[in-house]
Amino acid sequence: MPRMNAAQRHGVDFTLNGRRVRAEAENRMLLSDLLRHEIGLTGTHVGCEHGVCGACTVQIDGKPARACLTLAQQVRGSDVRTVEALAPDPAELSPLQAAFRRHHGLQCGFCTPGILMSLDALLREQPDAGREDIREHLSGHLCRCTGYATIVEAALAAAEEQRKEETTNA
Amino acid sequence: MTRLETAGGLIGRTVERVEDAGLLTGRGRYIDDLPVRRDTAHLAILRSPHGHAEISSIDTTAALALPGVFAVLNGEDVARLTRSMTVGVKANVECWPIARDRVRYVGEPVALVVAENRYVAEDALDLIEVEYERLIAIVDPENALAADAPVLHPSLGTNLINERSFRYGDPEAALATADHRISIRIAYPRNSCTPIETYGVIAEYDPGEDAYDVTANFQGPFSIHAVISRAMNVPGNRMRLRTPPDSGGSFGIKQGVFPYVILAAVAARVAGRPVKWIEDRLEHLTASVSATNRVTTLEAAVAADGRITALCWDQLEDCGAHLRAPEPATLYRMHGNMTGAYAIENVAIRNRVVLTNKTPTGLNRGFGGPQVYFALERLVHKIADELGLDRLDVIRRNLVPAGAFPYRTATGGLLDSGDYQTAIDRACAEGGLEALRLRRDSARAEGRLYGIGYAAVVEPSVSNMGYITTVLTPEERTKAGPKNGAQSVATVAIDPLGSVTVKVASVPQGQGHRTVLAQVVAERLGLRLEDVRVNTELDTARDAWSIASGNYASRFAAAVAGAASLAADRIRERLAAIAAAQLNVTADRIDFRAGKLFDRDNPDNAISFGRVAAASHWAPGTLPDGTGQTIRETVFWTPEQLEAPTATGGINSSLCHGFIFDICGVEIYRATGQVRIDRYVTMHDCGRILHPGMVDGQVRGGFAQAVGAALYEEYAYGSDGSFLTGTLADYLIPTVMETPEPLILHHETPSPFTPLGAKGVGEGNCMSTPVCIANAVADALGVEDIRLPLLPSRVSEWLYAEERPSSKPQDVAPVATGASGERMLTGAGSADVVATRDSVWTMLLDPNTLKAIIPGAHEVRKVSDTHFRAEVTLGIGPVKGRYRADIRLSDMIAPEAVTLSGGTEGALGSGRGTGRVTLTETATGTRIDYRYEAAIGGKVASVGGRLLDGAARVVIGQFFQALARHAGGSAPPSGAAGLIQRLSNLFRGRG
Repeated sequence: MPRMNAAQRHGVDFTLNGRRVRAEAENRMLLSDLLRHEIGLTGTHVGCEHGVCGACTVQIDGKPARACLTLAQQVRGSDVRTVEALAPDPAELSPLQAAFRRHHGLQCGFCTPGILMSLDALLREQPDAGREDIREHLSGHLCRCTGYATIVEAALAAAEEQRKEETTNA
Repeated sequence: MTRLETAGGLIGRTVERVEDAGLLTGRGRYIDDLPVRRDTAHLAILRSPHGHAEISSIDTTAALALPGVFAVLNGEDVARLTRSMTVGVKANVECWPIARDRVRYVGEPVALVVAENRYVAEDALDLIEVEYERLIAIVDPENALAADAPVLHPSLGTNLINERSFRYGDPEAALATADHRISIRIAYPRNSCTPIETYGVIAEYDPGEDAYDVTANFQGPFSIHAVISRAMNVPGNRMRLRTPPDSGGSFGIKQGVFPYVILAAVAARVAGRPVKWIEDRLEHLTASVSATNRVTTLEAAVAADGRITALCWDQLEDCGAHLRAPEPATLYRMHGNMTGAYAIENVAIRNRVVLTNKTPTGLNRGFGGPQVYFALERLVHKIADELGLDRLDVIRRNLVPAGAFPYRTATGGLLDSGDYQTAIDRACAEGGLEALRLRRDSARAEGRLYGIGYAAVVEPSVSNMGYITTVLTPEERTKAGPKNGAQSVATVAIDPLGSVTVKVASVPQGQGHRTVLAQVVAERLGLRLEDVRVNTELDTARDAWSIASGNYASRFAAAVAGAASLAADRIRERLAAIAAAQLNVTADRIDFRAGKLFDRDNPDNAISFGRVAAASHWAPGTLPDGTGQTIRETVFWTPEQLEAPTATGGINSSLCHGFIFDICGVEIYRATGQVRIDRYVTMHDCGRILHPGMVDGQVRGGFAQAVGAALYEEYAYGSDGSFLTGTLADYLIPTVMETPEPLILHHETPSPFTPLGAKGVGEGNCMSTPVCIANAVADALGVEDIRLPLLPSRVSEWLYAEERPSSKPQDVAPVATGASGERMLTGAGSADVVATRDSVWTMLLDPNTLKAIIPGAHEVRKVSDTHFRAEVTLGIGPVKGRYRADIRLSDMIAPEAVTLSGGTEGALGSGRGTGRVTLTETATGTRIDYRYEAAIGGKVASVGGRLLDGAARVVIGQFFQALARHAGGSAPPSGAAGLIQRLSNLFRGRG
């Protein structure tokens, strides 16, 4: 990595939701601030800025990561996905998102983008994920509205639907 | 009120929410997402590290000189442009949103910085120099009443800011003649339903019009708008307050953003540009708002059969450092239902409000209910135990009879509807109480700790805006004029294409108001859900609103949805008249269905809704005589039952009273003291249910927060006023793993007082669940004084008595005394350095060497041979700050030993400590032994013990490693590792 200067902004080249982007950031800038305030994608939310609540979770090279604990400069050359990338089409929800709506897996929706990014990664890596896997992955997220039960139900429904889809396609 | 006929079938259905598509795709518009003007600057707030101190001086020179800083303000700067906020009781005290001459809680604002971005603004905070003279802090409400207690507000002369006594019936006679007098004492802790989104404000000032325009994620009540306007010294029409389309949860907490509305507005005025402030989590936990902690003594007069004939309440409410509006409302919200679900005719109440060096309190889901019901339902449990009666029998014996509604309580409440007996019977049967009892018996037979608890709770909703005036004396009330009612408002509008828009002032915080309003209005007008769009953003300069507007007191379903229904019906009536003229029938024959208006007796005689609806726009001249426009109808609705307090202090504090009966089974693990909720049943009567999915969502969400309050969450303070739970690693919110799934049951008795028969439902479990769990734990352990939260450490003390110090001898000499209640850190260790003892000694006393080896040191200055001053930056967890250290050397035995003592002071906290360093010659160089004891206070103490201990270990380790490197030969690797190992053994030993 090139030597950087605290007083200057430096370029960050990375892939964001499938598109190449170039942004400028001081080396102390957080990835969450870069996404939200420099690039303008405000779907990634900031709840605690110390890595506990999980609202800011994005995917970096396919893995869930806290955008509030990641410096913007750390994603140079990486593939970053945020909640804005989940829906296949602006007018259509992904099966996971649709399951959240159907099962009332959200109320205020502030923690939801982070939860979706964690579950999206889980269902991709572990298509056979069951209730306990889902609970385990959800335990890295705080939701203050729902009491979690409907989130678990939504995730289970989405996993089930994904498995059916794969069986049909096979 | 006549029941509305609602045949359309949308109300009462669990439809998908109209809010969700945007929220699920990242298109929500929360406050931090809103576009702002390009010249918008960012506000950061310097906060007090002390619980109680005089401010001697504030030097902002260096901060102002930092490039990118536009303005720096202190308390006096703010005071020059504002007035003290209104205080809700008659008392000689001021209430400012920022400290002026004195700080009274950790986290109290001390200075404001406006800069080009948040990073620069926070840099500037580090450059502000504040000198404090520390005062003794008062944390415990009972200690605050002691004759020699330091007084927070000298003008008040006492910490007891208000005391009122009330008497209903003849409680003295009931007590004197009772078979039994049974009492309980409760200390309910502080906690907060802390939402995941923190506070945010965007403020602008127009000097040409002397007007403020503020957007804040404020939730109401909009009575606070009057408080803000008065504080800003402008009429209400020059204090425009708007709310963003989406909010990341509130649970009452976002009422408390209003002092920051004032600060941001003043900052914008001084900086001459819009100002944006987004609170961080540490600020939020430390200083946003807290529920009250309360000490209650409750005594009952009880007949031999368990019937309660009188209740005597003595409540000591701790509102923190300032009595901020609408406090002391927490203490009075329950006033009309202080007898809970029971028919008790004689009541005495003494209410005292005390100020302490803690964060000011405010709205918090359950608002006053958790504190009241914890005492009441623990007492009912205790009465049964003392009299040898079945606990459920005692509850049943005292219930308000099913045929008695509407029932006037002793304290003036009017319980609108209910059938508590049937609800309890159903909960026991459908909740499987018999099976649960067998489960308990078999667990106990195996020697396990298992208990069952109950709680019966009346859940008030739709607050009477006059209830808080119960705190005033009758004379003061007469002078101030009566306060009562609860105006709710809804507008239904029809555009030129005939589509329908609903506008309300309900300021939802995630509950799904837009969906329910669309259901209600679409059903009344015979439309599809998607034909109606709902806007819930509030703008005080443009929209219909009143002081009662906002999202609090569970008023939406009962009051706001009801007002929308009334507005829709007014339009419906006129549309029917227009259609009747065109269809040549009388208006009473017109029905609305599937987007058409038609003759009920001849459905083919129909006309489209859009055509009738648009007539007011396109052809007003064709409307039948006397039919008003159908373009826009605004309905204000206030229930007549919400009257002002009576001369004798009777008050119907809420319009609706739901009922909850909970059953809980817990198991407690002997080995760990952990409480596991094995089964939870919660029966709700919230009147008519408008959206079953959302009602259950409210119940589950409230339940999860209540589980947190019962088992994990507490806003903890050291006795010096230090705040100890400033991160989400210390303030433990339940995750999915800690949140059991309750069985939710419903028994509907519609409210006769609300347009749709609905009542509030969102707060009930915050009132019922903590005490239900506590009752179950009391049943399992046979302990009376159950204190929340039920942490394993606390439960273990009940199981095994208080932990004794280890009998193993410890090699750490200094034992922390913790006299001041600050966080104490002690430790010891050693390091080997490849250098002569003389050279190590010289290095330790040389400022240049110290600067090079002290982690984070910017500057080390030698004041004298035995006095050094250092500036260091240290980061511990999320708390990073600059500290000034003052170090003195004593007991010097050159070149063998020296004692370093001193203190540090910084924006984020303070520390004092001593360390003894001894140098011994070894074969390879010098061995350095050290031991230290330190006390940490202020904001930095809030990051919690596990981070602080670890950080101290690392920083001290770094110091000696750096010393070893500086000495020219690094210490043998085993030396450093050994040091860490020894230290961590030490800490494990202490843990």
